[in-house]
Amino acid sequence: MRHLMSPMDFTVEELDRLLDLANDIEANPAKYAHACEGKKLATLFYEPSTRTRLSFEAAMLNLGGSVLGFSSADSSSAAKGESVADTIRVISGYADIAAMRHPKEGAPRVASLHSGIPVINAGDGGHQHPTQTLTDLLTIRSLKGRLGNITIGLCGDLKFGRTVHSLIGALIRYPNVKFVLISPEELRIPDYVRDDVLIKNHQEFKEVIRLEDALPELDVLYMTRVQRERFFNEEDYVRMKDFYILDVPKMELAPKDMIVLHPLPRVNEISVEVDNDPRAAYFKQAQYGVYVRMALILTLLEVKVC
Amino acid sequence: MLNVGKLNEGVVLDHIAAGKSMDIYKYLKLDKMDCCVAIIKNARSSKMGRKDIIKVECPIEELNLDVLGFIDHTITVNIIKDGEIVEKKILTLPHRLVNIIHCKNPRCITSIEQGLDHVFFLADEEKEIYRCLYCEERYRANRKRK
Repeated sequence: MRHLMSPMDFTVEELDRLLDLANDIEANPAKYAHACEGKKLATLFYEPSTRTRLSFEAAMLNLGGSVLGFSSADSSSAAKGESVADTIRVISGYADIAAMRHPKEGAPRVASLHSGIPVINAGDGGHQHPTQTLTDLLTIRSLKGRLGNITIGLCGDLKFGRTVHSLIGALIRYPNVKFVLISPEELRIPDYVRDDVLIKNHQEFKEVIRLEDALPELDVLYMTRVQRERFFNEEDYVRMKDFYILDVPKMELAPKDMIVLHPLPRVNEISVEVDNDPRAAYFKQAQYGVYVRMALILTLLEVKVC
Repeated sequence: MLNVGKLNEGVVLDHIAAGKSMDIYKYLKLDKMDCCVAIIKNARSSKMGRKDIIKVECPIEELNLDVLGFIDHTITVNIIKDGEIVEKKILTLPHRLVNIIHCKNPRCITSIEQGLDHVFFLADEEKEIYRCLYCEERYRANRKRK
């Protein structure tokens, strides 16, 4: 039995197969409409996350399965003091697979160690959010046709943004990926990512402050939100939150075939007028999130569809 | 020169970095063992200048060598039988530590679930980096080299 705790749990070959399956689901949804009939997904969400939870639920419903679960710790037995280990032992008798989001880092790992069913980490604090990374990889591969030989700009909060750290970790396994790290001085990539991931793997990267300087050379621009909850000081947050705003004039500096991604929700960092630009791929990216979760559920449940 | 009598049967932990013997005494829970223990601090050493030595009159099986490997895998472990050294154990960095060190990350699941074991795994042998099994928070052992 396999679980998904980190995007690195899959080898490059396994990832390729997963992304191939997701693309086949996109092309032939009817073929998979009954693949999980009679199977249940438990969504164990100890903190609210409408988008991720609905994406998981949509994925299971698209496969003909059903869903059960809770969407906050208050409405679960955690409020009565039940441990994660006990909860997953009980849920193992109710469902066939579980997706867990928890504010504490490592909670899904604890669940996986006591579970009788596959557990998917649907986000654990600032630690991992592997299905977002799978979504990002599927989007890039589907829209650019490749994961290697790209120049990707990562822009915004590179210090606290776990999606950025995970994406870098996943992309360095592909050849000739160049990273342009675009952030204010205060929100630069942490040392452990720069030293232990980028430098250690001899990865080509540069750090810049101005988005305008980076745009002309990018194949992919990955925007991120500056998150209020990461700051101890409201003043610092206010100063940082509008540091980057991608608007129509800036898009004119970008190549015609660049794509813009964002894990969503966005606040001010992408102007709404950019939504009409064919290079804006962030809503398509959310759709890919459903396909990749469908592929993941099939893979972990070892369901084969001919 | 201070003389401590020879062990007839037991374990001698030699080449401990000066000043570290009490840490080892604590980690090995020697205070809870019902046997004779001698601690020699700041002994003269041709290799190290000064060193600590611990002599414990107990079978080797009663000592947690994983803990010792974690604290300082360069310590020499001599096993004594009939007053003679019969074996020198080579310590290695343990791949897994259970309830020896605790995760300090306030965002880790271990911070709210008291019943969980604190488990660390050896993430980088070269740099001697341990990470929490759950949240992957880094713990770097503070060892002194010979």
